[in-house]
Amino acid sequence: MGYALSVQAFNSLLAELGGRYKIYAPKVFQGKGRVAGSALVAYGEVGELAEIAFDRKTAFSPKEIIFPVNQTMFYFTKEEFKENVPDERGVLIFLRACDINGIERLDTIFLQNGPYRDVYYERLRRKVKFFLMDCHPGWESCFCVSLGSNRTENYAVYVRRENNEVFCRVKDQELAGLFEKYGRAADVEPRFVEKNEVQVKVPGEVGVDVFEHRLWQEYTARCSACGRCTVSCPTCTCFTIQDLFYQDNAECGERRRVWASCMIDGFTDMAGGVALRANHGDRLRYKTLHKIYDFKKRFGVPMCVGCGRCDDVCPEYISFSKCINKLGEILGR
Amino acid sequence: MNANPYLPVRAKILEVVRQTEQIATFQIESPGLNPVPGQFLEVSIPKVGECPLSISDFDSDYIELTVRKVGKVTGALNALRKGDHLFIRGPYGNGFPLEKLAGRHVVMVLGGIGLVPVKSIVNRYYQNGGVKRLDLLVGFRTPREVIFQEELARWQEKFNVVITVDQGEPDWPGRVGLVSELVKEVAGQERAVAIVVGPPAMIRAAAEELLKSRVAKEDIWVSLERRMSCGIGKCGHCKISDQYVCLDGPVFNYRQVEKLVD
Repeated sequence: MGYALSVQAFNSLLAELGGRYKIYAPKVFQGKGRVAGSALVAYGEVGELAEIAFDRKTAFSPKEIIFPVNQTMFYFTKEEFKENVPDERGVLIFLRACDINGIERLDTIFLQNGPYRDVYYERLRRKVKFFLMDCHPGWESCFCVSLGSNRTENYAVYVRRENNEVFCRVKDQELAGLFEKYGRAADVEPRFVEKNEVQVKVPGEVGVDVFEHRLWQEYTARCSACGRCTVSCPTCTCFTIQDLFYQDNAECGERRRVWASCMIDGFTDMAGGVALRANHGDRLRYKTLHKIYDFKKRFGVPMCVGCGRCDDVCPEYISFSKCINKLGEILGR
Repeated sequence: MNANPYLPVRAKILEVVRQTEQIATFQIESPGLNPVPGQFLEVSIPKVGECPLSISDFDSDYIELTVRKVGKVTGALNALRKGDHLFIRGPYGNGFPLEKLAGRHVVMVLGGIGLVPVKSIVNRYYQNGGVKRLDLLVGFRTPREVIFQEELARWQEKFNVVITVDQGEPDWPGRVGLVSELVKEVAGQERAVAIVVGPPAMIRAAAEELLKSRVAKEDIWVSLERRMSCGIGKCGHCKISDQYVCLDGPVFNYRQVEKLVD
């Protein structure tokens, strides 16, 4: 069903949802940007429409809401484990089609790869309802259309802000009553980005010989292995498990997981000194092939959703879309 | 199956056998794990951390781990004694395809602690038979690093066991040289099936020698070792190409391994 709501009515609706849900959306954090005095656009909790940055692209993806940077898995005393009690509230996330596709990639790894489901992810994930944000016309580094992640039907509510009204299409029956209460009926059809300035051609088959190509040596010269691309990526799921104990009581501590990155030193280090991919270009090769080839081979869809955040945040101005296309050219020859 | 696969189970250490200065075997209580030879456990010591370790042997009521003191967790593990506890979860990974070895001429090429994941298989063949012929080629760095000395001596009664060291010592009666060099002495006469476990360079050299001795790629099985955090296909550390060593391995056929690039 479609509804139109005034800004005020939408705020009332958010306020009513606020008791039962934590609401996350792209938000401007003044003074938190990379350059002094600049703003950071990232996900944060919101209470009203004016806080939601409809016209900005976030530097980080919404994955941190359901896969936190640091997550305690359990606490331990000398001989006992205790798990965290999760917050009972639901989670609403305002996000675009690419990021919904991105979360589907996280679902694939955490819930479908192998016989076990990742309980920490699942506990947060099953609380989530997607509020699909209208995305038009996209940004200059986006290439979602080439990867098919410009569209989605996986949402509870579609939201488009136009002047002083908010147009919504509501799929979720639990929420329909609220929109009925605050809005008036209207014809609303979701619109999706249909064309990006940047297009990529994802290669079909990748032979072993491409691993030695000098393309990766060039990237070794440029990439500083800072890992920003993987931190900003909506589909990177790697983590490392570590134990820590409390300074005041060394008998107690916790096991937690922390985001890890295949771009950063130590990712493959094994006890005894074996480490792989010393060259930064080889790490970029590993990441690139995972995003556009390995994942697809295993699960049928490319991992990359073309959000372009890795291009936006790279301090060396490495463009991932250009990297994909260069690889495509080499393989096409 | 535990609802939370990350929660480990407390297990008591029943026995500790020192193998070398660096290596010890821990027999621990098994809460009904029934592993397949070649699988591994995630072993942890709270406050220190967790790491994947190969199961060296098992029975219905115990699991045996043979561990080299090489990092943080294995260092702390090395200090544990009989009666202490550690924490385990698993078993994980695929294990060796024993049905592919049944009745065949089996060649095992093992580097040092690479003997660990196959020990239970050799023990079972020793007790119950099941293969036509077994050549066990084991390489250690020095004579002081030879593990499972008793078992190796016992296995010699029934199998062709050849032990070599990279660097000999004056009183070392055995062979000196790379273990991969021994392959041509045993493989080749009949269609053999091979198991290779060891460090990456040794695996490469052994596989080359096996292929030269006309062992088919389909008949070579390799156990790989990679960094892991979760052991269950989530953390991403052990991924090579589209394969996860923790889920699809650690045992791979050579046909797969030749296509995997780190």
